[in-house]
Amino acid sequence: MSRLAVVDLWKGYAGAPVLRGVELEVPAGSLTAVLGLSGCGKTTLLRVIAGFERAERGSVSLGGQTLENGRTYLPPEKRSVGYVPQEGALFPHLSVQQNVGFGLSRRERRGQQVAELLEMVGIAPLAKRLPHELSGGEQQRVALARALARRPQALLLDEPFSSLDASLRTRVREEVHALLRAQGVTTVLVTHDQEEALSLADTVAVLRDGRIIQHGAPAELYERPADERLARFLGAVNLIDARFERGTALTRLGTLELRGDATASAAGAGVVMVRPEQLDVRVREDSAHDDGAVAGLGGRVEQCRYYGHDALLHIRPEESDGAELLLARVLGERALPVGTRVSVAAHGPATPLE
Amino acid sequence: MSALAPTTAITGRWARAWSGRRRWPLVSVAGGAIAATLVLLPLIFLIVEAQQSGWSEVQRLLLRHSVAVLLWNTIRLTLACTVLCAVLGVAAAWCVERTALPARRLWAVALVLPLGVPDFVVGFGWVSIDPALHGYLAAVMIMTLALYPLVYLPVASALANLDAGLEEAARSLGLGPWRAFWRVTLRQISPAVLGGCLLVTLALLAEYGAFEIVQYQTFTVEIFTEFKLGFDTVAACVLSLVLVALSIAALGGELSLTGRGRSARSGPGARRAAPRVALGRYATPALAGLGALSGLALGVPLGSLVYWMARGSSTTLPSASILSAAGHTAAYSAAAAVLSTVLAVPVSALAIRHRNRVTVLIERLAYLPMALPGLVIALGLVSFSVRYAFSLYQSAFELILAYAILFLPLALVGVRSAMGQSSPRLEEVGRSLGARPAAVWRRVTLPLIAPGLGAAFALVFISSATELTATLLLRPTGVNTLATQFWAYTSEFSYGAAAPYAALMVAISAIPAYLLSRRMSTLARSEPRS
Repeated sequence: MSRLAVVDLWKGYAGAPVLRGVELEVPAGSLTAVLGLSGCGKTTLLRVIAGFERAERGSVSLGGQTLENGRTYLPPEKRSVGYVPQEGALFPHLSVQQNVGFGLSRRERRGQQVAELLEMVGIAPLAKRLPHELSGGEQQRVALARALARRPQALLLDEPFSSLDASLRTRVREEVHALLRAQGVTTVLVTHDQEEALSLADTVAVLRDGRIIQHGAPAELYERPADERLARFLGAVNLIDARFERGTALTRLGTLELRGDATASAAGAGVVMVRPEQLDVRVREDSAHDDGAVAGLGGRVEQCRYYGHDALLHIRPEESDGAELLLARVLGERALPVGTRVSVAAHGPATPLE
Repeated sequence: MSALAPTTAITGRWARAWSGRRRWPLVSVAGGAIAATLVLLPLIFLIVEAQQSGWSEVQRLLLRHSVAVLLWNTIRLTLACTVLCAVLGVAAAWCVERTALPARRLWAVALVLPLGVPDFVVGFGWVSIDPALHGYLAAVMIMTLALYPLVYLPVASALANLDAGLEEAARSLGLGPWRAFWRVTLRQISPAVLGGCLLVTLALLAEYGAFEIVQYQTFTVEIFTEFKLGFDTVAACVLSLVLVALSIAALGGELSLTGRGRSARSGPGARRAAPRVALGRYATPALAGLGALSGLALGVPLGSLVYWMARGSSTTLPSASILSAAGHTAAYSAAAAVLSTVLAVPVSALAIRHRNRVTVLIERLAYLPMALPGLVIALGLVSFSVRYAFSLYQSAFELILAYAILFLPLALVGVRSAMGQSSPRLEEVGRSLGARPAAVWRRVTLPLIAPGLGAAFALVFISSATELTATLLLRPTGVNTLATQFWAYTSEFSYGAAAPYAALMVAISAIPAYLLSRRMSTLARSEPRS
């Protein structure tokens, strides 16, 4: 098992920089997702690691071996790096079996190895088929088996699931994940799907404008994003004005404790982030003289986005200053009709944002 | 620091352009440079030849009254034939592809097959049964019948691939069927129509044999006569340059017309085949029209070949000489096909994988022979070899070289489309699976482009086997090919003796014409990838 390290990597096309000093460290045997919008340079990063493109500056090393720096450059065939491109890119003129065996020597191809690989990814009965006779999920598995055949030290997956249907995607994703776990190969997966990145990876690195702006465990990113843009990219957010006092945030949704080491530094006035699932929504009876009786902020449901397992309520506060909509996530069975009068309170730690 | 970084990055990029992976692929560059040089060679030596006679001589040659007549003859013939081919080609394609015509598959083949009959054989077919046929109208009729498939093929393919949604959208926006055809369908297929018309125009400008048979003087006929009979190389070269100018003007005209409209489909929606129009009471006239067209274009030349062969069999068949002619034809054509295909590979590889100003120029140059009639290329090679390499003059190699240059654009069409299909991603994956560049080329690229190479070989082989004009100028002394022997007999009015040679040429080129029509209909039937 080998650690993959990318240090200060620069790369541009026709003078326009794409990667601008990327730093990325993937611990041996772990799966790191590189998350970013299209055009942020994530495919370029993979292509440089694979050796298809040369960097302008910086270095890439794998398990102590330098793949590339200012002086040396290993061509792709000399790197122990497997690559699974988008759409699989199977050789159309070769059968499944021949595709998987492409990287093996003649003798290895005759042995049991190919059959074992096909067995491993669960497509043994399709060995003689040609790529165009396979479904998208099957093609993806062949591409994976082909990349794993040479037992690479690192594996690169470029949006491997984006071409699959939603129903198939979850299943193939789970299977691939289990397989990679079992193989223990150091893996970099590139995706624009934050759900995929959060649910699959050990760590997630966020690439924006050619730089890694944050790299950490999925929960860390979700709870303590580097900035508001990233917070919104990873999921819906409520930004709430707060006054910081003795390690807590005083807001109109109540007094909230602050997350982690932010406690010490925060002071004065600012903004905190509260995720929609941190809001507690209760229905207010119209008739009741409720002042004081019900804690929290009064409001009215303006929209209800129903997703089945849960629902996202857009709540308009009843305050006179016309404050922003609050977003609250409730279980699907607790979805409320538009117009319902509610009171909203927040729980759990809030994250101060600049 | 960060302000400086992009600058160093850019210099780094340029520095590496000449060292690292992005360096120029030397083999391809060398191949592309050879191809470009070969293409330019004939043209350059035409200019050298014309220029050495002096400007006043050029002026004298060009301002003769006969040149004006030639120009008028060439232009009025080209215009009439091109318009007729466009009308016949579009009408026939529409009937076959968009109506519920009976026996559509049969018509699709019958309408393309005239492409397999060399133009001078069509001329022979008509004139040998009606010696009174000559002059302008005969030339227009014969060339229209021989060339309309050049419009039919691309238009039929465009119509078959047209998205029905467009016409339906036009109809739902209140246009009647005819106006929808004019404003939507015709606009969509106009690049195909124009492309076909360009091919017709270039073929007309290059044709010698058919016009010689019907005794109609065009530039090409006059150039041939000046050179071969008058031994006036300078006059031939000067007139050739005018011919090249006309061809390039046609090329430019087509480019400027197609450049305007866009016919690409927008949006990812899947394409749907259009429903066919029921012909109703027009079925009989449509069938009669198509029957007449293929009867005149295919039936008459073939019928007359059969007639003369039946007549000729009573006399002695020169079986030995037909075998040796066929052998020469096959050898020269195969060698030319290999050379052309080999040259087309680096040109396509550069243009697709290393696209920049230089490689695009090389590619454009490689397409230049489209505008160079075979006669012009032959003349250029003759003046080059007479001046600088006399051992080449009238050698088999020079003839093969002429074919290879002349039909390089055909080879490019085959190779380039195949190479465009083979994605560089596949080559990269091959590299990352441990294969060196040479191994990737052998195991991935070559198998993927092999069908394209085969198509390129076949196209060049057939075109060379039925080429007449350049062959007449360049064939080694004493050697006859099928085309030249046919021509020799035809010139002596020995039609019976000539017919077997023509029949053999038709047989050689009919097979690919048939396959082409079949392939087109399969392409049209296969569903597009969503």
